[in-house]
Amino acid sequence: MTTTVAPPTGRRMNDTTRTRLQQLAAFAGLVVVTVFFAFASDFFFTYDNLVNNVLVSVVLVGILAVGTTMVIITGGIDLSVGFGIALTGMAAGRFLITMDLPLILGLLLTILVGALIGFVNGFNISILGMPPFIATLAMMLVCQGLPLVLSDNGASIYFDALPDYQGISSGTPIPGVPNSVLVFIVCAVIAWILLNRTLLGRYAYAIGSNEEATKLSGINVRRWKIIIYVVAGGFTAVAGIISSGRIGASPTAGSGYELQAIAAVVIGGTSLAGGKGTIVGSVIGALIIGVLNNGLTVMGVKREWQFIILGIVILAAVYTDMLRKRSESTH
Amino acid sequence: MTSLSKQLPEPATEALLLEVRDVSKSFPGVKALQDMQLTLRRGEVLALVGENGAGKSTLMKLLSGIYQPDAGEFYIDGEPLRVSAPKDAQDRGIAIIHQEFNLMPDLTVAENIFIGREQPRGGFLLNGRALNQRAADLLNRLELPLNPRAKVGRLTVAKQQMVEIAKALSYDAKVLIMDEPTAALNDAEVATLHALIRRFVTPETGVIYISHKMDELKAISQRITVIRDGKYIDTLDTATSTMGDVISRMVGREVTTDARPENVRDDRPVILAVENLSTQSLLKNVSFELREGEILGFAGLMGAGRTEVARAIVGADKRVSGHISLRGKRIDPTNPAVAAQHRIGYLSEDRKQYGLLLDQTVTANIALSSMSERFSKFGFVNDKVARDRSREYVESLKVKTPSVNQIAKNLSGGNQQKVVIAKWLMKDCDVLIFDEPTRGIDVGAKEEIYRLLNDLAAQGKSIIMISSELPEVLRMSHRVVVMSEGRITGELSAAEADPAGVMHLATLRPDSNASDAVELGLDPVLVTEDLDAYENEELDR
Repeated sequence: MTTTVAPPTGRRMNDTTRTRLQQLAAFAGLVVVTVFFAFASDFFFTYDNLVNNVLVSVVLVGILAVGTTMVIITGGIDLSVGFGIALTGMAAGRFLITMDLPLILGLLLTILVGALIGFVNGFNISILGMPPFIATLAMMLVCQGLPLVLSDNGASIYFDALPDYQGISSGTPIPGVPNSVLVFIVCAVIAWILLNRTLLGRYAYAIGSNEEATKLSGINVRRWKIIIYVVAGGFTAVAGIISSGRIGASPTAGSGYELQAIAAVVIGGTSLAGGKGTIVGSVIGALIIGVLNNGLTVMGVKREWQFIILGIVILAAVYTDMLRKRSESTH
Repeated sequence: MTSLSKQLPEPATEALLLEVRDVSKSFPGVKALQDMQLTLRRGEVLALVGENGAGKSTLMKLLSGIYQPDAGEFYIDGEPLRVSAPKDAQDRGIAIIHQEFNLMPDLTVAENIFIGREQPRGGFLLNGRALNQRAADLLNRLELPLNPRAKVGRLTVAKQQMVEIAKALSYDAKVLIMDEPTAALNDAEVATLHALIRRFVTPETGVIYISHKMDELKAISQRITVIRDGKYIDTLDTATSTMGDVISRMVGREVTTDARPENVRDDRPVILAVENLSTQSLLKNVSFELREGEILGFAGLMGAGRTEVARAIVGADKRVSGHISLRGKRIDPTNPAVAAQHRIGYLSEDRKQYGLLLDQTVTANIALSSMSERFSKFGFVNDKVARDRSREYVESLKVKTPSVNQIAKNLSGGNQQKVVIAKWLMKDCDVLIFDEPTRGIDVGAKEEIYRLLNDLAAQGKSIIMISSELPEVLRMSHRVVVMSEGRITGELSAAEADPAGVMHLATLRPDSNASDAVELGLDPVLVTEDLDAYENEELDR
């Protein structure tokens, strides 16, 4: 076996080449679909379409995807994030409209609701030892039902009386850039910092690589797993705030988004087995989904075919990832 | 070896049921078997004994077709036997019962016995009644007290073993090979098993019985074949041999005494004291003391409970009773995180499963335990410092890696072990528990690990070294604790410890075992006991 000699600077050679390759593959995919649609449609590659349609449509799935990335890196999964949007949005409506709480307080309480969803998930998984799929599937059903309970016979709550709240998603403090896109970027940056610069990230990767070894190394694995689900729940609440500010708090908001978020994470090269994955990859994954949806719509492809194409893209992305890993491990 | 006359077995004759002739098998770096000999006569129970790693399981795997021999041949009834898959052995009448059962707990006894041979009607419709009838016929013939319809997962270990035996014998086996069949059985269950074996042995069949337990060999076997370090040593007639004869051949080699460490003086402070430690499953009243700068060897056979002691101390397994004191102060490590705070580190016998983050860098592995207290502020990690400090350990332990950014799985076994050691040294542990520190490590790297352990002890670290390699234990330990069946059966100073003495203690069945059986209300009159259980299972359904 020939071993690579470390560059004198001692930078992370093996590690980064691998993750870079992974991101590069996803990024190349994004470029390919973007170029394809740019040629296929005159309208697609315009600033207005790319920012106001593609980016804005990606925001919710993208924010969910960054939270989900952390969970998946630990080897878990979170199915509750989709309807979590409905629950946290409805909670925001109750706090800010029904109860007329101050904006900041209402926002904090809403984030707290999201964190609470994550805490219950984390508790059930980490302390009670339930499989993440089951624990968060159950929580998904709770998040589907609770907004209806909180609503008046399923009616949405609108925030027209609170332009400041709506401004969080639709304002344009920087001309030409919708605020929701900025929120998405901030979320992605926070998640990136958490994963790459903090203990939470280190332990997330460690737990996903080998939970038992991490435990035996003296890390409080239970506590860190709960924290990671709580953080993911916090991101869900942010998505809930954006969604409700845009279209009002609807009890059916976010339906199916959890699967799109997982799809984005997987397209971005994160392994469902845990231990590997990047935020940048997941953001690119979300963008690929957004570009595909928008591009196909602009080209007049019917919605049903869009689903089928997305399915094929996921299969192709995961399969190429597998091929790459196989060639890596045999050299 | 010179003192032993090497008696080669008789050349193959008609009477031999199974013969292993000059079989060799190598793995990278290891000669697992070298010119192995073994003969099984018709109508006998042959015991096969040897230390851990003597080559017993390799031989089993060759006979099962899991491995292929590099050289040599097997003969059954005087005809050559080639085994390339488990089915080949089955077809020629060899049934192997492994220590780990291959049963499906959610299927019934009948379904397990006949899996793959269900004989469905029309090719796909299962007939449960017919299957149960076939199973009942078989079980009656074998006189096994089992209910064909009972779910295997709900049976005791002893009964699960009966299912394995029934399954093996349903292929009309002539040769039955059992690997440590009594490891998980109590005395009464052992007696039942032996009765079953005696029923099975006819003038046309034979049994190879692999075990460490001397009293059992006396009870069940006619001859005992001893193997050591992958080589055939001797075959003894059970009736005319003593336990000492067998043990001296198992251990064999002269142990060089000059390398032995001096005993640690009594005036050194006791660092770790364990009193009456018990666990739910195995350990009973384990007590010992570990002094500063001492290497305390833990010897014993597979399954004696040595790893369990380590896991219970650091809280990886639950303790049901007992106390642990560190420098005279009572501590209660409920999980490995608490143990790590007390500077107690456990290095698992299974590095890949329990020690390393294989897909992560050397730095990530070395710094893992120390990350929160040494390389982070307010939760933010300082990678550069972690890398620099890791590099220092890589240099001082001479870990051969192109850089600290190398992925751990690309390192050799010895270097991976050093990475795990570095992790605990960085954590500044005073008590280090090494579980099989040189397993899967080549000879040169072993010496380095030994030197490292000696250096650490000289620096005042207290070390528990669990090892299945007797020479390693004797060479390294200031004192040796010997375990058998979840208890400590003896403690020897470096001067007292010799291979035969340790092996004797390791093969003891702790006295209290027999009284346990009485406490549990188990009566040697087995048939009634089993029939009761049989009826209870019926009621459960």
